[in-house]
Amino acid sequence: MSELLQPQSQASVDSPPYWQGLRNHQLRLQRCPGCGTYRHYPRPLCPHCHCFEAEWVTVSGEAEVCSWTTLHHAFHPAFKALIPCVVVTATLREGVRLLAPFRGDSARLTRGLALRVGFEEISAELTLPMLLPA
Amino acid sequence: MSLSRRAAVTGIGETVYAKSSEKSVLRLALEASLAAIHDAGLQPREIDGLIPYAGMGVVAEDLIVNLGLDGVRFSATTPLGGASPVAAVQCASAAVSSGLCRHVLIPVARNLATGGRISERLRQMPQFNTVAEFELPVGVFAPAQLYAPMARLHMEQYGTRPEHFAEIAISTRHNACLRGNAMMTAPLTLEDYLASRMIADPFRLHDCSLESSGAAAVIVSSVEGALDLRHPVITVLGTAEGHPDSPVSITQRKDLIEIGLDKAAPRAFAMAGVATHDIDVAEIYDCFTYVVLRQLEALGFCGRGEGGAFVASGAIRLEGRLPINTHGGLLSQAHMVGMNHIVELVRQLRGSAGPTQISGARVGLVTGYGDLGDGTVAILGRE
Ligand SMILES: [Zn+2]
Repeated sequence: MSELLQPQSQASVDSPPYWQGLRNHQLRLQRCPGCGTYRHYPRPLCPHCHCFEAEWVTVSGEAEVCSWTTLHHAFHPAFKALIPCVVVTATLREGVRLLAPFRGDSARLTRGLALRVGFEEISAELTLPMLLPA
Repeated sequence: MSLSRRAAVTGIGETVYAKSSEKSVLRLALEASLAAIHDAGLQPREIDGLIPYAGMGVVAEDLIVNLGLDGVRFSATTPLGGASPVAAVQCASAAVSSGLCRHVLIPVARNLATGGRISERLRQMPQFNTVAEFELPVGVFAPAQLYAPMARLHMEQYGTRPEHFAEIAISTRHNACLRGNAMMTAPLTLEDYLASRMIADPFRLHDCSLESSGAAAVIVSSVEGALDLRHPVITVLGTAEGHPDSPVSITQRKDLIEIGLDKAAPRAFAMAGVATHDIDVAEIYDCFTYVVLRQLEALGFCGRGEGGAFVASGAIRLEGRLPINTHGGLLSQAHMVGMNHIVELVRQLRGSAGPTQISGARVGLVTGYGDLGDGTVAILGRE
């Protein structure tokens, strides 16, 4: 896998617990200790109460389909082997979203379809989330 | 103090548009800049403001040294991707109406041979840091891939169909064929459209804009500075910029269908003091067919979710009630980041748009759409 695709090579200072969680097969999200708002993708400041603190919460991964696309053109040689690939925009029970490949029957995809999160080990350093029908 | 009617677009310039060019980005930018300066009837030394397109690697200093400008008093960039050129018109309007300067040169140039590949460009743009960290590893990073879920949701919620997207591609191609100086010269049929390969469902090849080399430029002047120039005065009636919620990630946007133009359009119309039925012609940023459809809704030409029915009615054809992209747009003329749309709107309002001239056009609109949904709009008028 090319350096381009290593998220750790460009990780923000706020995200390592997220990536570490995936390696442990856990989906972890930032939650504001001030007002309880989940914020994802990870970032330094809560936009609601402007609290800089964050606690990392392991969530269930229960989600539902918001939208989706099937990738047919890779746009980069590194992805040629992966396509065609169905990618789902999923709304987690916590309200924030996950963008991840769908490993189920894509003909059944419809808005609101219940999903659960799974994990795919890409390399020793990188585990990515994926989505399955619940 | 309103910006309305205090600035004018006084000069326009374009190079030939093609897939590739032997010329450097700087050379192309200078050619289009000189064309715009001459078109306005100005001398290069009269340019005292500069807003070079932020994505091209040519900076104000390059323009100063090559054009021999010794009186530049204002420079800025407006890094909003495809919304940049119209944002630059807004920025220039503020600069000239406040008296900071009189004549602002705004060039855009691209050369595919030296511009870098899409994946490398992504890494160099801080507004894409979030996409690069969290979505690129899943294989999603190109605009077609990032925007596809918005289009899919629109189809699911509102019954929008591929035939609606096709109408935008087909009518835009028709205009490009009539017009010349377009990269695409053969008519497009519905059969051609439906047979074109999928890129990122629901986007087919013909839903996607071109990749192009060339340059375009405009001059924005104070209305006082515009009066003694060569052409009828095309004033900036209203202009606005809007950013969608979660501008760094479409995935995390509460309302996936919302775009920045939803916020900007009402402000631009209010500033201009005109309504949608006053618009004679519109040049709509068309990186993808769906993005045109959604902007037509955001602008208020139809309600949210009604874009499919609106385009299916024939409204956007040359003889329709809102002719759009009379030059062939990014889909069929060239991808000049929408600067070609501003150039075309000025031509329409001057009455010099040739075979696709909308008869009697006096008020028109141009939009920009950039990055993950930033929106800009300018309403121009010949008064
Ligand atoms: Zn908070």
